[in-house]
Amino acid sequence: MQLWLIPALPLAGFLINGLFGRRFSKGLVNTFAIGSVVLAFVWVLKTLFGLGGLPGTYTEHYFTWIQSGALTVNCDFSVDRLTAVMLLVVTGIGSLIHIYAIGYMAHEGGYYRFFAFLNLFMFFMLTLVLAANYLVLFVGWEGVGLCSYLLIGFYFDKKFATDAGNKAFIVNRIGDFGFSLAMFLIFRQFGTLDFAHVFAQAPVAPVALLTLVGILLMVGACGKSAQIPLYVWLPDAMAGPTPVSALIHAATMVTAGVYMTARSWVIYTHAPIAMDVIAYIGIATAFVAATIGLAQNDIKKVFAYSTVSQLGYMFVGVGCGAFSAGIYHLMTHAFFKALLFLGAGAVIHSLSGEQDMRQMGGLRSKIPWTFGVMLCASLAIAGFPLTSGYFSKDAILLAANHRAPWIYWVGVFTAGMTAFYVFRAFFMTFTGKYRGKEHPHESPPVMLVPLVILAALSIVGGALFKVPDFLRTVFPAAEVPEEFGPMAVASAAGLLGIGLAWLLYVYRPGIPDSIASGAKGLYTLVYNKYFVDEIYDAAVVKPLVGGSRLVLWKGIDAGLIDGIVNGIGARAKNIGDVLRLPQSGNTRSYATWVALGGVLVIFLMAALGGLR
Amino acid sequence: MDLILFLVFAGIAVVAAINVVVQRHPVASAVSLIAVMGSLAVLYLLLGAEFLAAAQVIVYAGAIMVLFVFVIMLLNAGGETKPGRSFVASLLGVPVLIALLALLAFFVSRIYPRDTEVHFGGFRGGTAQAVGRALFTTYLLPFEITSILILIAIVGAIVLARKELE
Amino acid sequence: MMSHIPLSWFLMLSAVLFSLGVAGFIFRRNIITMFMSIELILNAVNLTFITFAYQRKDVAGHLFAFFVMVVAAAEAAVGLAIILTVFKNRGTLNIDDLDSMKN
Repeated sequence: MQLWLIPALPLAGFLINGLFGRRFSKGLVNTFAIGSVVLAFVWVLKTLFGLGGLPGTYTEHYFTWIQSGALTVNCDFSVDRLTAVMLLVVTGIGSLIHIYAIGYMAHEGGYYRFFAFLNLFMFFMLTLVLAANYLVLFVGWEGVGLCSYLLIGFYFDKKFATDAGNKAFIVNRIGDFGFSLAMFLIFRQFGTLDFAHVFAQAPVAPVALLTLVGILLMVGACGKSAQIPLYVWLPDAMAGPTPVSALIHAATMVTAGVYMTARSWVIYTHAPIAMDVIAYIGIATAFVAATIGLAQNDIKKVFAYSTVSQLGYMFVGVGCGAFSAGIYHLMTHAFFKALLFLGAGAVIHSLSGEQDMRQMGGLRSKIPWTFGVMLCASLAIAGFPLTSGYFSKDAILLAANHRAPWIYWVGVFTAGMTAFYVFRAFFMTFTGKYRGKEHPHESPPVMLVPLVILAALSIVGGALFKVPDFLRTVFPAAEVPEEFGPMAVASAAGLLGIGLAWLLYVYRPGIPDSIASGAKGLYTLVYNKYFVDEIYDAAVVKPLVGGSRLVLWKGIDAGLIDGIVNGIGARAKNIGDVLRLPQSGNTRSYATWVALGGVLVIFLMAALGGLR
Repeated sequence: MDLILFLVFAGIAVVAAINVVVQRHPVASAVSLIAVMGSLAVLYLLLGAEFLAAAQVIVYAGAIMVLFVFVIMLLNAGGETKPGRSFVASLLGVPVLIALLALLAFFVSRIYPRDTEVHFGGFRGGTAQAVGRALFTTYLLPFEITSILILIAIVGAIVLARKELE
Repeated sequence: MMSHIPLSWFLMLSAVLFSLGVAGFIFRRNIITMFMSIELILNAVNLTFITFAYQRKDVAGHLFAFFVMVVAAAEAAVGLAIILTVFKNRGTLNIDDLDSMKN
């Protein structure tokens, strides 16, 4: 089946564009970049059709990567139904976003570099998805983190962009530490890192160890998928170009954590405490991020917090045992979140760079196509009945209700907030009177066509691709039957949110300001994202940097090490100073020393040699 | 008889040696040194070293010390006036000397108990014939080398002592 | 027996003369006197050689003493020439004044 071609094609695109792209024309760069990803998508389709119904797992072994004592790690790729879903999402949405980016980045500098990094990202993400063991997955994991850093800091001449890139990478590393510890424990217990072998042995392993592994893997997922407490990098990551936000920070990279935990479902089903931890973190993140998103004024920041919140939903699904529901939401979220970001990008592009929603308004008549697709996306994320988001969100909430009703109720409230802030953004952008000074113009077709495709998918994709049924062979965990009552409540909450947003931003636009000034403390808290960044800075960053500076730099490096080296030199000089004292130039003292030496030698000769 | 000879001349040697060290004017020291050498020549005779006793008087006392006296008078060297300035010598000098003498005495007395005794005529192998034979057969190489050494010394002395070339 | 002298007495005499020579070298400041102390040391050593030659009934000791004498002569010649030069250049015969090799 040549699975290796799937990641290799974008890698080739990266190498060609990276090495030679500087001299290529834009068209040639496009050919290699978009061509490689589209070809990868085609190859994925061919592979999946070639494998038939995919009843089990199909594995291809390439070479033995590590062979060291008891540790054997192979470079293997495997495909099962879960992999298939991920592959289609990554390559499909990836292709659409690549095409969109042709238009969006048309006037930017570093064109070839952008597409080279984007292709590199695709390579790592596909490696992550296709991996048959934890270590190859980790390679992809780290690689996408690297590409995220490179692409967030794409505008490297802007300090806030490079700072954001640093922040993303460093916070991710904290999560990766947890992941690494989990891998060490897995190897120690099971002697291997292969998925097949680990999951075969997992049922008989001690529950305490499985719980620990599960929690540590979740730490890694928190870093990569921006959950509490490691979510702080995602909002800052909006400093990168919008296609990057759409691809990496909405559709694919941030979902790697969800994929990884879903893949490890065998471990989690045997460690219920770890699953509960995931569910709690997920619902907490979903709620908190939604509250922050209520008050933001930058359109990309709203969607960033929305992403964090929706990822929380996915983890709720995983944590409540409905793994396929989590993956289902992953797919639909990829559709409508990518669309939201790309649409926002179209809006920003048409306004020549304006991102503050307070400067927008009334764009419905000026950019009608963008208006249309954004409406589709907003309805989907709000869970409007029969859209894709409706099906996936309900699947998760039903599982939550089944597991622990309080999670269900918090989830419903969050769904209401989601609908509210999304439509707040929508109304602020498209209705009313235009408040800015630019001349909005519609985006070129190369940007609009992917948007339209994504809009169609957002609306019908949920009904069309029934993921939970598809994944039934992978996750034997029982899926919850559909109950009408909770589903209706959830949908009602979404509609309520839309209505409230319409009320506050279309009917009576003055109300929000009066609410904000009325509840000033709460508003300030939420608007400043609960000062989490400031707390982290004061509690973690400053002590660490200060400690490094004082102890490690001044104390050890300059004081101890330099002190030793300089000290050796100084002591040599001191010894020399002492040694030169006998050189008095006075012959009689020399003679005295000679005589003394002679006496000592005679004495020693007698004492040691003995007298006969 | 031999004992008396030894005691007398050993005594003269020691007294003269002390005089060499103690006298202020170099000429007095030189003359005392000549007395030491003379006494030593007699002691050599006691030990059967006839040739060497003669050589001692002729070469050492007769040539080398004369040279010393010439130079002293040439330089018109007077006695020492200024005080010494070597801290080390004044501090360590006496103890080192006493230690040296004590060590040597101790070892001599331990190693050589009173079994070997010297008397005049106990060793008859120190004649000029015996010395010459050994010198020109077994010790020929050192002999030749020392002759070259003397030559070098002559050249060196002349070079050092002549007037500067204008 | 009464007219026989113990060998160790010669060696003791030699030791005494040696020590006196070293004392002269350390404590006298006139260069020429120091030189004469060196000659005293050499003479003491000669006495030792000849004493051992008597003990071992070997003429080699005499030859050693002979060579010592020869070298002493050469050394005296050259040394006195050096002293002359020093006196010409520095104008002093006090060894404590000749310390230009000071650290």
